[in-house]
Parts: sequence; C-alpha cells; structure tokens
Amino acid sequence: MNLQDLYRDVILDHNRQPRNFGPLQPADAHAEGHNPLCGDRLTVWLRLDGDRIADIRFEGQGCAISTASASLMTEAVKGKDKAAVQALYERIHALLTDPHAQADAATLGKLAALGGVSEFPARVKCATLCWHTLNAALEHSADAVSTE
Amino acid sequence: MAANCAETVRQGFDAERVRADFPILARAINGRPLVYLDSAASGQRPLAVLRAVEHYETHCHANVHRGVHALSQAATDAFEGARERTRRFLNARSPREIVFVRGATEGINLVAQSFGRSRLGKGDEILISALEHHANIVPWQMLCEQTGCTLKVAPINRRGEIELDRLLGLLSARTRLVAVAHVSNALGTVVPIERIIQAAHACGALVLIDGAQAVAHAPVDVQALGCDFYAFSGHKLYGPTGIGVLYGREELLAEMPPWQGGGEMIRTVSFERTTYNELPWKFEAGTPNISGAVGLGAAMDYVERLGLDAIAAHEQSLLAAATTALERVPGIEIIGTAAHKAAVLSFTLRGCHPHDLGTILDSQGVAIRTGHHCAMPVMTFFDIPATARASFACYNTAADVAALVAAVRTAGEVFGQ
Ligand SMILES: Cc1ncc(COP(=O)(O)O)c(C=O)c1O
Repeated sequence: MNLQDLYRDVILDHNRQPRNFGPLQPADAHAEGHNPLCGDRLTVWLRLDGDRIADIRFEGQGCAISTASASLMTEAVKGKDKAAVQALYERIHALLTDPHAQADAATLGKLAALGGVSEFPARVKCATLCWHTLNAALEHSADAVSTE
Repeated sequence: MAANCAETVRQGFDAERVRADFPILARAINGRPLVYLDSAASGQRPLAVLRAVEHYETHCHANVHRGVHALSQAATDAFEGARERTRRFLNARSPREIVFVRGATEGINLVAQSFGRSRLGKGDEILISALEHHANIVPWQMLCEQTGCTLKVAPINRRGEIELDRLLGLLSARTRLVAVAHVSNALGTVVPIERIIQAAHACGALVLIDGAQAVAHAPVDVQALGCDFYAFSGHKLYGPTGIGVLYGREELLAEMPPWQGGGEMIRTVSFERTTYNELPWKFEAGTPNISGAVGLGAAMDYVERLGLDAIAAHEQSLLAAATTALERVPGIEIIGTAAHKAAVLSFTLRGCHPHDLGTILDSQGVAIRTGHHCAMPVMTFFDIPATARASFACYNTAADVAALVAAVRTAGEVFGQ
C-alpha cells in the first residue's frame, strides 16, 4: 500500500485548488451526486453545444480523491462529445479498479494520476462519484431535449 | 466515569498484559503492528470469550428449552446462566427483566414497537436528544408515523453536551418516553442520565437509556439509575456480534405485548387462541443466539475481573494524553469537548478530509473510524460532513496514542499543514 502513489502531487494540487469550481450559470443541465457512506456531495453543471460539452463546472464537499477526481474530470471532458466522454469513463474505470491496468498517460492525460486508487478499494467510489454525476447530468439533458 | 490516573498506576492496570488476552492485536496491518482505535464501533474479543464460545459449541450445543435430552439441558443452562450473569452485570432485580436481542438497535426497536405501538398515539410525545445514534432516532420516527405521536429533540451545545435546561423544558405531561444515550458514540459525551431520569419520572414519562457506548466503560446499576429500559450490544463489550440486551422493568415488560411471534415466545397455540410465554421468553421469538449469549456472559466475567472502574481510569488517562497531544498538531480541531467524556475522541484536521485521514492512518496500521458515525444530525450541528474518531479500550496503551499522533502528523504533512 503506497500512500505517495495515492496522494500524488497532481491530486493534492487539484484538491487544494480545484479547477472549474463553482456554479455555472446559466447551465443547460446539472445533477447532484451523493455518497451517503462518506458524506461526499457534489453538483455538476453543463453547458452543451449539441451533444458536446461546451463548458462544465462543479462544486461540492468531499475528500481529496473525490475533489481532485472531479476537478481533473472537468478539465478532461470539456469540449468532448458524449461518446468520447463515455469512452474516457470506461478507461478511467479500468484504471481505478484494476491494479494491472496500464496508466496510459497518452490517452488519459493528467487523469492518469488517479492510478494509485486501485490499491485502495474503499476509495474507488470517491473517485467515481463525479463521473456518475456527470452521466446523470448528461442524461437529464437528453430528457430535457427529448421533451421539447 | 471520573478517573484518577494516579490511581490507575497504583492499582497497576497492566495494559500490556491485557493485550496478551486479545489474539487479534498481534496482527500486522500494512506491514505495521495493528493499532486498534475503533473499539467504539466494535471491540475485540479476549481469549476468554473465544474459548467460552468454543467450549459451548464443542460440548454443549443443542436447541434451548425444547428437549429432555442432556445436551438441550446443557444448552438451556448455558443460555439461562448467561441471562443470570447479565442480571448481575446490570444489577437488575430479576432475570425476567433481561431480554436477549441482537443488539442495542433491536432492543430499542423492541421498545418502540411493543411499548410504543400499543400505548402511544396522537398528542403523545417522545423526547430524544440531538446527539443520538440513528438507532435511537429512526425507530421513534417510524413509531411516530405509525401512531401519530410526536418526536421532540433536545438540543446540544458547542461542546457537544445536551442542553439540560432545554431538555427539561421540553418535558411535559405529554411526554410519554424519554430516550437518550448514556454516552455519545460520535462525541464521547457522558450524558447526565440520573438527572434526566429523575426529571422524566417526575413528569410521568418512562426512560430508555441507549447504553451501547457506556457498558464497556463504567459499571451500570439499573436499580440505582432507576431507568425503565436499558439497551446495549455485546460486541461493544468485548463480546460476540449478534447478541445484545434489553433490560426492562418487570412491571412494564409484563404489560407489554410481544413484538415478534413464533416459537419460544408462546405457551399454547391453537388456531383459535394463542397464549404467550412468561417473561422474558415472551420477547424472544425463535431460536436465540445461544453461543452469543454464552460469549457475552464470558465478556462480562472478563471486564469485571479487570474491573470496570480500573478500565475506565486507564481509558481516561489515554483520552487525556491523546487529547493533549492532538491539540498540539497544527490544524486539529477536537469535536466534542464535553466536561465529562468517555473513551471517544472525534477530531478534524484542517485541509484533510476525514476520509483521507482514515486512509493515511490505515497505511500506518492505525485503525480509526471516519464518517458520520451513524449520527448525521450531530455532523449537521457542527456543520461538518464527517469526523475522524479514535476510541479507546482496555487493551490500548500509551504507544497506541503515540502511533495515532504520529500518523495524524504524517497526514498533516501529506496535506501540507
Ligand atoms: C450510541 C449507540 N447506540 C446504538 C448503537 C447501535 O448498536 P448496534 O449496531 O450494535 O445495534 C451504537 C453502535 O454504533 C451506538 O454507538
């Protein structure tokens, strides 16, 4: 079990100074995520251009893994369309849960810093909360679009 | 639970020798010696308990109260012996006042569903406090939904003490039951239950004490306290999981309807009419946790052999040392600073979420609890999502406190305090 591997500098930096932090107004969609076990809560706001994420911000309260993961996610998904977000999430999920997954910095960029989480199974949920919340926001937006 | 550290030293409470009674403490965690500071969540079991359970399982097991054969008699003797042991532990008048349940949670639910559901209705009030564990909140909320009675909550102050004046002010002729913790699991506060019991009785209300966090840290005498119900769990008293105790005054239990139906709790059954068994079996439907009760009895022998006052004094010296040392760590805030505390130390570290703190401490072999401790209203009151909580038991030592403080300092360094 390697602490330095979990709390890499990138994680600590994004925890201390989360990027894209604070409400986005006006927003096309938002969703709230909650992890009742540890009390982590966050809200993700989106501005959409078709099915491309034109802008994204988040706000919330959580541990370093949860906050840094959300901050890194907002940087990574800005400008991507839904299919690209989904593909990225699948790679992140593998990185978080499989200690043998290749932290493929070329495709994951700074998100590769989350690679240490796989050694701490109790913390995987902290890192995925933001992704589930983003997913919910994207689905909401689909609902909103389909009812208009 | 007042303590005198000098006294402990004089009496020579030897925590190192106590440790040798707990085999699990010899384990390594993440390559380091285990420093177990999560006994408020569940205590570890001494060999005496493990052996009593093993002896029962290897020599005495059969179903209780059911057979003429020798083993059934041996099992019944062991189970009823544990009940008598529990009666002595609590100084209850009669073993009929000792109901075996799964734990504190089930004991409280039993009172809510049996007493509450049959007696309470619109206009009646149940009074709890703001420091309760969810186990002493939710059963009453469910009862309110079922019967239309109302839940009142006495507030706490910034030190984490119940505001006694406010609690007394909430007592009235409408109050039918007061349900409070003896010791807060999230904050360590020792609640002045003697005062509360007296005042509640003066208003004609009954009193249930949630003793889950108290029984391992001080002798409890239900007759001296005068409470009507007292609930606790075996696993926080160095006993097995899945066994606990509800004490209830005999006159009350006798009048209360059963809450679960089945075998064991009946005298005669026909399709026209069923008559119920006597106390306490009326409240023990189904085959009970026999080996659990045996283990719990052994745990009571164990703590009384060490001496609950001596254990309390030892834990108080650890609590005092840990509090003083942690307060010196930059960014630490102690949550729960009541004048009178038991062996629980909740804290936060600025810039480091309790969840991260828990992971860092675990990597050093230090097991603490992080989270809301099943007391979300307490977290809301202090406006924090969670705390880190170290809790002390008879087997903890000054070295455990030192390891805790060192690990917290490491966390502070990782998070740049
Ligand atoms: C104060 C308090 N009450 C009730 C309980 C519930 O105990 P159990 O889960 O063993 O039923 C606990 C356990 O955490 C507690 O600390």
